[in-house]
Amino acid sequence: MTRTDKLNTAKGLLFISPWILGFLAFALYPLLATLYFSFMDYSVLAPPVPIGAENYAELANDTNFMKAVFNTVFFAAISVPLNTALACFLAVLLNFNVLGKSFFRTAFFLPSLVPMVCLGVIWRWLLNGEVGLVNQAIGPFADFANAVLGTTFDTPAWLEDPAFTKLGLVVASVWGLGHAMVIFLAGLQEAPVELYEAAELDGAGFWSKLRHVTLPMVSPYILFNMIMGFIAAFQVFAVPFVMMDGVNEPPGGPGGSMLFAATYIYLKAFQDWEMGYACAMALIFFLLVVSLTITLMKLSERRVYYAGK
Amino acid sequence: MPTHQLNLFGKILLYTLLVLFAIQFAAPFAWMISTAFKPLEETMALPPVWIPSEWKWENFTQAIDSMGNFWRYAGNTLYVALLSVIGSVLSSSLAAYGFSRIDWPGRDKVFYLCIATMMIPFPVIMVPTYTLFRELDWIGTFKTLYVPFFLGNAFNIFLLRQFFLGIPKSITEAARIDGCSELRIFWQIILPLSKSALLVIALFTFMHSWNDFFAPFIFINDQENYTLALGLQAFQSRQGGTEWHYLMAASTLIILPLIVLFFFTQKTFIQGITATGAKG
Repeated sequence: MTRTDKLNTAKGLLFISPWILGFLAFALYPLLATLYFSFMDYSVLAPPVPIGAENYAELANDTNFMKAVFNTVFFAAISVPLNTALACFLAVLLNFNVLGKSFFRTAFFLPSLVPMVCLGVIWRWLLNGEVGLVNQAIGPFADFANAVLGTTFDTPAWLEDPAFTKLGLVVASVWGLGHAMVIFLAGLQEAPVELYEAAELDGAGFWSKLRHVTLPMVSPYILFNMIMGFIAAFQVFAVPFVMMDGVNEPPGGPGGSMLFAATYIYLKAFQDWEMGYACAMALIFFLLVVSLTITLMKLSERRVYYAGK
Repeated sequence: MPTHQLNLFGKILLYTLLVLFAIQFAAPFAWMISTAFKPLEETMALPPVWIPSEWKWENFTQAIDSMGNFWRYAGNTLYVALLSVIGSVLSSSLAAYGFSRIDWPGRDKVFYLCIATMMIPFPVIMVPTYTLFRELDWIGTFKTLYVPFFLGNAFNIFLLRQFFLGIPKSITEAARIDGCSELRIFWQIILPLSKSALLVIALFTFMHSWNDFFAPFIFINDQENYTLALGLQAFQSRQGGTEWHYLMAASTLIILPLIVLFFFTQKTFIQGITATGAKG
């Protein structure tokens, strides 16, 4: 290292020192401590007692844990692709130079500003089985189908029927897609007009332009929104918690259908004070998130097109 | 894509879709506001009543009274949000400067490490974080909520670094040759040039802090120190989801400041989100 290098390293480290402290206190230490506690019997009130891999053995037989992982993956697997696709679709619609573009953009974006607890309260009201607005809106369609086709559709009890609770949560999550849509809009505006003109000269219609120009151009944004979406969906906590009005009895609402990874870690750690067990769970969950993110990046490597790279 | 290539049918389809989606995105808001003004019996009316027969403004005062100490919660929320903003702007801009305007070996590797921390979900680290705060005797205090923002935030550092990298080197080179200290270059040249980016992270941090539920839920146990999010959750839990007009009134009051803030800063806000998605 030259003298300037040494000097610059000292300066650079000095500038990033607040972050280094934050990294040690709120990333490195908690991760290592989670690993350490996961081999302990620990209740915060008493010092941790080493118990080997007992927590992990217990986890393997914990049906609630399996449920929580299944619910989390189920919710993420439906809501993230759905929200990403819909956000992209709305952005494509807006990207035609429509009249009142900024009005529509604001209308689609505003709900994403709503705090999670408010979102939970509002959707608990909207999804109410008897007088909820959602069922009021879809009721006539069900009645119509029943009258014409002789089917027996009924409006779902969104918050009570285990088959529908997670779908209700997906519906609520769609309302917050505005953030992703704005990112897509920016991506679409980057696509050079010449590409569309060239495609038109070759006789491309609307769909083939969408398929062969627009989609490749926004593919990095699809990846970005999917990854951010998955990280957020895996942490889902506040909205189901509020929608189920707490989740203690039974854990995770009807049939445990709203027991998510974050919910179960919370319950174990701060209701039962089984912190070692919660840490073992947290660690497995973390490995799941990391491996999924990496898989997503690897899978998309060949499909994502980076202009100018 | 310009609209001119759409035929009449395409245009009709386009606007129909947009209007339908706009209605669906606006309806929950409209329903929230409509419910907030209704007398109790109309909240449960079938078919639904959109325009209350009587606009009950007193629902709002009632909601404020029965939520607990609403104004105190609001004050707490604002206090935490403002401190978080100050901490975030200071620490993240310092770190972003160290990651962009000074060349040191290994810098970009450390930066990737910084970015990677964004992948750590809060539920994964909340137990040791709780024990750490407990050791410090911070449980129940606002420090648990704002202090982390004084120690840099990966997302904000990322945004500011992008911005700092875009400022031409020549601007600071002259000052460096004149013997200006790095801290003075940072404070007197780079920060004044970055006002818009700083405003973006200030806004994002404010919104994040205002909206946060999980962290206060775990670290704050005393009602006196509740934030609005905690207060609303406790309120809805207490009354078991029956008095929907009060719940909607309270929700409206909590959302309103965010909407107002958004309308005043719309342009910066949208640019900020756009910058997040920038390829890189």
